[in-house]
Amino acid sequence: MSKIVLTVDDSRTMRDMLRMALVAAGYTVVQAEDGVHGLEVLAGSNPDVIITDINMPRMDGFGFIQNVRGGEEKHRALPILVLSTESDDAKKQRARAAGATGWIVKPFDPVKLVDAVRRVAA
Amino acid sequence: MDAMAEIKQVFFQECEEQLFELEAGLLTIERGDDDPETVNAVFRAVHSIKGGAGAFNLTDLVHFAHVFENTMDLVRVGKLVPTQPLIKLMLRAADILADLVRAARDDETSDPGPREAMAVELKAYTPGAAPAAVEAAKPVKAKVEEEFVFVPTKVDFADLDDLNLMPTLHFRILFQPSAELYAKGNETTILFRELSRLGSMSVTCDSSKLPALDAIEAEGAYFTWSVDLETSEDEEAVKAVFDFVEWDSALTIELIESAPAEEEPFVFQPTMVDADLLNSISDVPLEVPVEAAKPQLALVASKADKAAPSDDHAPADKKEAATATIRVDLERVDRLIDLVGELVINQAMLAERVAELGLARMSAVSIGLDELEQLTREIQDSVMAIRAQPVKSVFQRMPRLVREVALQTGKTVRLVTEGEGTEVDKTVIERLSDPLTHMIRNAIDHGLEKPEVRRAAGKPEEGLLKVAALHRSGRIVIEISDDGAGINRPRVRAIAVEKGLIAPEAKLSDEEIDNLIFLPGFSTAAVISDISGRGVGMDVVKRSIQALGGRISIVSRPGLGSTFTMSLPLTLAVLDGMVVSVAGQTLVIPLTAVVEILLPQATTVHNFGGNSRVMGVRNEFIPLIDVGQVLQYRSEDIDPKMGVALLVEAEGGVRNALLVDAIQGQRQVVIKSLEANYGHVPGIAAATILGDGRVALILDVDAVVVDSRAEFASSLPLAG
Repeated sequence: MSKIVLTVDDSRTMRDMLRMALVAAGYTVVQAEDGVHGLEVLAGSNPDVIITDINMPRMDGFGFIQNVRGGEEKHRALPILVLSTESDDAKKQRARAAGATGWIVKPFDPVKLVDAVRRVAA
Repeated sequence: MDAMAEIKQVFFQECEEQLFELEAGLLTIERGDDDPETVNAVFRAVHSIKGGAGAFNLTDLVHFAHVFENTMDLVRVGKLVPTQPLIKLMLRAADILADLVRAARDDETSDPGPREAMAVELKAYTPGAAPAAVEAAKPVKAKVEEEFVFVPTKVDFADLDDLNLMPTLHFRILFQPSAELYAKGNETTILFRELSRLGSMSVTCDSSKLPALDAIEAEGAYFTWSVDLETSEDEEAVKAVFDFVEWDSALTIELIESAPAEEEPFVFQPTMVDADLLNSISDVPLEVPVEAAKPQLALVASKADKAAPSDDHAPADKKEAATATIRVDLERVDRLIDLVGELVINQAMLAERVAELGLARMSAVSIGLDELEQLTREIQDSVMAIRAQPVKSVFQRMPRLVREVALQTGKTVRLVTEGEGTEVDKTVIERLSDPLTHMIRNAIDHGLEKPEVRRAAGKPEEGLLKVAALHRSGRIVIEISDDGAGINRPRVRAIAVEKGLIAPEAKLSDEEIDNLIFLPGFSTAAVISDISGRGVGMDVVKRSIQALGGRISIVSRPGLGSTFTMSLPLTLAVLDGMVVSVAGQTLVIPLTAVVEILLPQATTVHNFGGNSRVMGVRNEFIPLIDVGQVLQYRSEDIDPKMGVALLVEAEGGVRNALLVDAIQGQRQVVIKSLEANYGHVPGIAAATILGDGRVALILDVDAVVVDSRAEFASSLPLAG
């Protein structure tokens, strides 16, 4: 069975690009549009990896990660990759403090994206 | 790459949405709303555009969005106060961003001038403004090119050979993960699995720090791992594996020359673990004890139960539902409309045939036919609704237009729009944009006064321009009102006299003077300004609105402002018409033009010069026009008492009575263009097919009125 990746991003363009790259690499993709939606989708699915954007309406990526880490035991230890536009350390640091597993720099290269997912997926 | 091209389409669509959000958000902030979510939304819009643009290598767009985003970020974090000048600047930056998006979409190169100037202005707000400004003074383009400068490098082929035969390196990696590492979802086994892809390795585990069983914390981390790796990759590649975990672990990566054999350097007693074994472990869920799984499942189930009823009002789904749309080729919709039009005609024909049979009203056939008629009407309405669109798409362009014109004229203008959700047929919307644009330009250029003039008149310096759309009796009405000086009637009159449009001694009511501005060749601006004077006068605006079956009128009060009201049909595809007979022909008169039906009496109709007649209607004399004569169906006068007069209101509210032979009834007809199928016929707007299958012409009321006046004038040589 193929692994499931949950992508949380408010941009349709980004969601489509993530889906394209991940599906091509054999992953199954479920999508959410923001942090709140992400938590709802998570409750009803069993992803192997989560990829989340940071800047989102309603609940941003930091809030989303904190909620996953502090939430249900089933999902607490899920690998979460953060999509960030800048590769600057401050952002990474904050994402790490919130409990992110790793990060992907936008715009991403499909190969690197799949690499990063593989590197954290059990 | 097809999929990529499709995503690019999505990106540009999304950009339009983001640009709208951006502008709407900035306008909200401008009004003094300091909700942080608004600022966030505005920031996100630019950020998203930048993110997507990066994915498609739209360098110009990325660069500009980046500069814009930086300034906006300062506002977001509270380091910069969104003053009015800053918001105005950002609104202009949003316009430039929109231009860049559109240029990228259409694969055009845009003039770098405005965006470079804007980048300088934006950068002036970011800290270290002075150096930034200096740097920004350099054209951005040159900067981009600098980044891509091709630097030739001399390569020795001997080195290349070396590269091909990468030497095998030996790394010794000491890795001590912390509990945090696991809490963040990283996993030693996975790291080692990735590491093993680089080459061959052996792993030893130091478990000496593992406490007694009762002291073990389930989520603690107690092991230190030592890995010997033989790989042809360099140290960077090895480090990259630990990229995500270096903060949550003690890690040393050491390059050793000799083959890994002796374990001397390590103080602990190592246990050999085979790398293959590690890989197999990774498939076993380590952390979750089997007992724990069941209560968790129950928990999930109960949560799901709770989630289900709340779905009804779940805000998350709302957005999805609101944007649940499909895109359909317009041609398909038009084809559907055509077919439904044919269906309506067919249904009407069938109804007439049935009526000819003389069946009872309540017979099964008649009842079935009535139901069919109702269904047909509903299908027609539904199909029309597909083409209906909110006027928002036109209104959206207005804020920018207002900003630009305000800037050019040195006036400050606040735009208020109302009724953006008012729906109207797509074809109407498309043709609404130009006249509306022109009228808004006019309102700002000629209507609103300069700030100092306004201040002197005791008005707020900021002029108010209101654009409102609403439905009124089956038509869409668009009102453009300003609180400016109103129409300068003495001046309008003087210009009209000067241009020979009216006689110097002509007595005109205020309303008539106002309407002079719609005359061809009239332009009030002493200097034809760049804004309104593009060779297009209000006469063109009026004509294009009339071409849509619309009307335009003005109400102006000196010193208080003017209101232009446009009234347009909701659709250009069907028409409610009055079916009449004229000289044995069947004609359709648009119902919207008909005000009243009158029966001419011998006492009310009077001959008036030549062969013209007027009709007395409630103490007013109204020209009586014989439609049959204007269309040249007959040359002889008919006795008005034998016919019916339709009181119609033509352009500018001018009333005339149209004389026809008889009224057949009232019917919704499907408009078929004559121009597309035959050619233009004077006095005729279009055609339709009636229930009996015959073609009937739709009267162009305004044209008929104008024609009859021309005839009237030529029949009165004395007047010339």
